[in-house]
Amino acid sequence: LFLHFGTMNGHAILYTGVTVAFWSTLLIVGICYTIFDLGFRFDVAWFLTETSPFMWANLGIGLAISLSVVGAAWGIYITGSSIIGGGVKAPRIKTKNLVSIIFCEAVAIYGIIMAIVISNMAEVSYSMFGAGLTVGFSNLFCGICVGIVGSGAALADAQNASLFVKILIVEIFGSAIGLFGVIVAILQTSKVKMGD
Amino acid sequence: MSGCAELSFNVDNGYLEGLVRGFKAVILKRVDYINLAQCETLEDLKLHLQSTDYGNFLANENEDLTVSRIDDKMKEKLFTEFRCLRSHSVQPLSTFLDYITYSYMIDNVILLITGAVHQQPVSELLPRCHPLGNFEQMGAVSIAQNSTELYNAIMVDTPLAQFFQDSLSEMNLDEMNAEILRNKLYKSYLESFHKFCKENGGTTKEIVCPILEFEADRRAFIITVNSFETDLSQDERSQLYPTCGKLNPEELRMLASAEDHEHVKAVADHHSDYKLIFEGSGDSSSDRTLEGRFFEYEVKLNTLAFLNQFHFGLFYAYIKLKEQEIRNIVWIAECIAQRQRSKIDNYIPIF
Repeated sequence: LFLHFGTMNGHAILYTGVTVAFWSTLLIVGICYTIFDLGFRFDVAWFLTETSPFMWANLGIGLAISLSVVGAAWGIYITGSSIIGGGVKAPRIKTKNLVSIIFCEAVAIYGIIMAIVISNMAEVSYSMFGAGLTVGFSNLFCGICVGIVGSGAALADAQNASLFVKILIVEIFGSAIGLFGVIVAILQTSKVKMGD
Repeated sequence: MSGCAELSFNVDNGYLEGLVRGFKAVILKRVDYINLAQCETLEDLKLHLQSTDYGNFLANENEDLTVSRIDDKMKEKLFTEFRCLRSHSVQPLSTFLDYITYSYMIDNVILLITGAVHQQPVSELLPRCHPLGNFEQMGAVSIAQNSTELYNAIMVDTPLAQFFQDSLSEMNLDEMNAEILRNKLYKSYLESFHKFCKENGGTTKEIVCPILEFEADRRAFIITVNSFETDLSQDERSQLYPTCGKLNPEELRMLASAEDHEHVKAVADHHSDYKLIFEGSGDSSSDRTLEGRFFEYEVKLNTLAFLNQFHFGLFYAYIKLKEQEIRNIVWIAECIAQRQRSKIDNYIPIF
């Protein structure tokens, strides 16, 4: 590892340094706990039972909206930069390709709807965390997918106008992924009940 | 992350990729070339070019239109487009685009040196330089007597300094040595560019490295064929071959010891695509020279770059295809100007 320092640039050195520091800290702390017979302090069950379910629920709500927005933003910038670039020599694509942006935006809307639905539930439950995670990650990847396809659609449209509608169909399938995440999350939160 | 390129490419380079694809869309098609080949005069040619993306680029030409004027104007337009791309780019694309300009800089430097050998004034030579290869110290190049002086006085501040490692010598720069210097610089440049693309990795490496490897092999073949008449020794010849191509060291050694066209063809036969290039070049009835066939193959490789998204190969391929388009139009214009229309269809169609 040290031999490669000469060929790496600043970012690479930073990332490898942080990674090495992180894992070596974990390793050393773990070894110390084992040697001094303090393993009982690393108690997962205690952690899970002592933390409040409200924390998990709110974490779920936070993840639902934030990961969805990350996915939507990622998709929008991927598509948007291609539309702007392609629109220089082929200005006609500008209005039609806003549809791709709208598909990406829909992903963020799924996220906010789920966040509102979850936060409005009377009973707090651990499954809210799961629901938030579900809708968050599925919207993240849906947004990226629609963004990359939308970028291809914009550039293909700039060359040949008949291609746009065909690639739009691929985008529609891509955005269905986000919808699946919302459906599953709704199912998860519909069975909310605390303890006995 | 396996999808790393798609996820982060558009942050810095998405706009420029869209722009380059727009430029590529207006490269002249076969239909345009057929129309151009039917022109009777250069004025006719200018009229036909107005309906393409070139538009009114010749509008301000008051005196008689010459082929070299058309050539200059087209190069200027390419330079404007390139400057637009270069000024918007960030690392690593800006380094990639700089690498593309270095080959033109090398050509300009050698043009100025050979012009100085023939006692031509600098003011006459500077307009003949390719605009893509302009750099600040160009005017001072002609005062150097040998390559060490050239390096120490002038080139050490330019981006070409890194390519001078193997070519410093005390010999005076006459025509022959200028050509040797050109080939040594170009070899160093190609290997450096190839290494850069390999380090970049991903689709850029997959698209650009084969093109550069073909360029390296092509230069090896052309140097061999051109040195049959001269008194270049085998050692000197083998020092000029770029090593980053598909020809392995054994084949380069065979090329260095080749004495005639048959030997070169035998080396080329080891690779199926080079065999095809050399196939028809022996007989006189073929309508393309060896150089023409190399250009044809290069065009084929470059058009493949546009089938992939999110890589830098687009920019390299665009510049090379535009260069080919300029060569095509100049060829057609020359045939029209000299009234020799028999070979007017010898241009290489791109799309």
